[in-house]
Amino acid sequence: MAHDYNNILQKLCHHIGRFASSGIEIVPESDLINQLAIDSVKLLNLVMEIEDEFDISVPINVLADVQTVRDLADLIHKIKSAS
Amino acid sequence: MSLLDKLDTGAAARKALLPEGIDVFGTPIEEVYSSTEARVGGRRILFFGTNNYLGLTFAPECLQAAHKAIDSEGTGTTGSRMANGSYSGHRALEKEFADFYHCRSSIVFTTGYQANLAMISGLAGTNDVILIDGDSHASIYDGCRLSGAEIIRFRHNDMADMEKRLRRLGERTRSTLIIVEGIYSMLGDQAPLADIVKIKNSYGSMLLLDEAHSLGVLGQTGQGLVEEAGLIDGVDFITGTFSKSLGSIGGYCVSNHLQLDQIRYVSRPYIFTASPSPATIASTRAALKLLRDGTELRKKLWRNARKLYSRLDELGYLLGPEPGPVIATILHSPQQAMMLWKGLFDYGIYVNLILPPAAPEGNSLVRCSVSAAHTEEQMDYVGNTFAELRKKIFK
Ligand SMILES: Cc1ncc(COP(=O)(O)O)c(C=O)c1O
Repeated sequence: MAHDYNNILQKLCHHIGRFASSGIEIVPESDLINQLAIDSVKLLNLVMEIEDEFDISVPINVLADVQTVRDLADLIHKIKSAS
Repeated sequence: MSLLDKLDTGAAARKALLPEGIDVFGTPIEEVYSSTEARVGGRRILFFGTNNYLGLTFAPECLQAAHKAIDSEGTGTTGSRMANGSYSGHRALEKEFADFYHCRSSIVFTTGYQANLAMISGLAGTNDVILIDGDSHASIYDGCRLSGAEIIRFRHNDMADMEKRLRRLGERTRSTLIIVEGIYSMLGDQAPLADIVKIKNSYGSMLLLDEAHSLGVLGQTGQGLVEEAGLIDGVDFITGTFSKSLGSIGGYCVSNHLQLDQIRYVSRPYIFTASPSPATIASTRAALKLLRDGTELRKKLWRNARKLYSRLDELGYLLGPEPGPVIATILHSPQQAMMLWKGLFDYGIYVNLILPPAAPEGNSLVRCSVSAAHTEEQMDYVGNTFAELRKKIFK
């Protein structure tokens, strides 16, 4: 379980890195919008990459509650566990 | 941050980007000369950014019908379609739309924006899924949000990507609504409708097609992409607007599903707003006839569209994937887009400027819309101006 979660986090950070402002360290506590400069449109495109990476469906309406990298990892973990 | 501080922050960012002395996002039109020309800032300006595809805003038949309606029925209905706002004109127009598409029934809405809101939120709910193209218009996104359904996006016009996302849904595809547009408002390209219909049938989903930009533009009688592709039976619901090729304001949905009528009783954007004014309905009815019989207008529109697309392509501008009445030049920075927009404006040409995040993929767009009413001279003038600016801006 913990292994799964870390694996998700690691893969997620890789994808986030392609959207975030360069040169900023990505940690679980990073705020997607305010620290990593991932605006609403980037976030939607990031979600498509996440869906493909983990072979899951992530409805964009659940993103309202996502603020940090960890929130997003939790969400992926929850969806993956349920499927 | 207070509510007003948030607005101040946004306003400061906007002002930093936009040039002073001209209101790009709210250009005041002082006097309208024709369907293609107006006075702006005391100067004569050529419209190349309206959606007046067939140039019908001054068609004598439409003007006359509107005048007559306003004199006999007044300036407004002052009521919802559900209450006192369904005049015989509204019902006649619904019948005419259904006949035009050879479909069972139709509903008229107050705007195209509300047609999408009403149809999407009326069809899908909390436990359903809506699968939309990533480049969908804001009215589609907002309709999805209003519905409370789960929203999944697929990559623009990418059928493998769409199918992959359907596959992941498993059994839920049977309560899934797929939404695409006939011609996309951003890049002006068309949806691969035959493939979409095939895929949606194999997964047992429903399909809604927004023909906002393709009504009057595609198909022998101007029904839109659905007619061009010969697929009227493959599409469950078609929405569209009066605000483009029909030259007025309002929206519609047509369908062969009997259940369409129930939307009138459950859909808030249909119920909680006043119905279109009598003059609007009257001019739209006249315009729909002109549109249906407008083969020559369509030919002229496409001649103009192909001409401008190939001219800009030859000049080296990066364009949307295929020619059409919506021609988007894609710029990699908002500053460059701003310069091109301002350059065109200084030469007396009005086009649309679309900056991130409104434009796809973080790009900025300078978008032209071509009309059947544009003359050869106007087309040449615009082409030559783009050539001139190409040298100046991209030297
Ligand atoms: C694809 C699409 N759908 C719907 C609309 C909304 O139409 P209306 O202007 O009638 O509200 C538009 C108009 O911008 C559009 O581009």
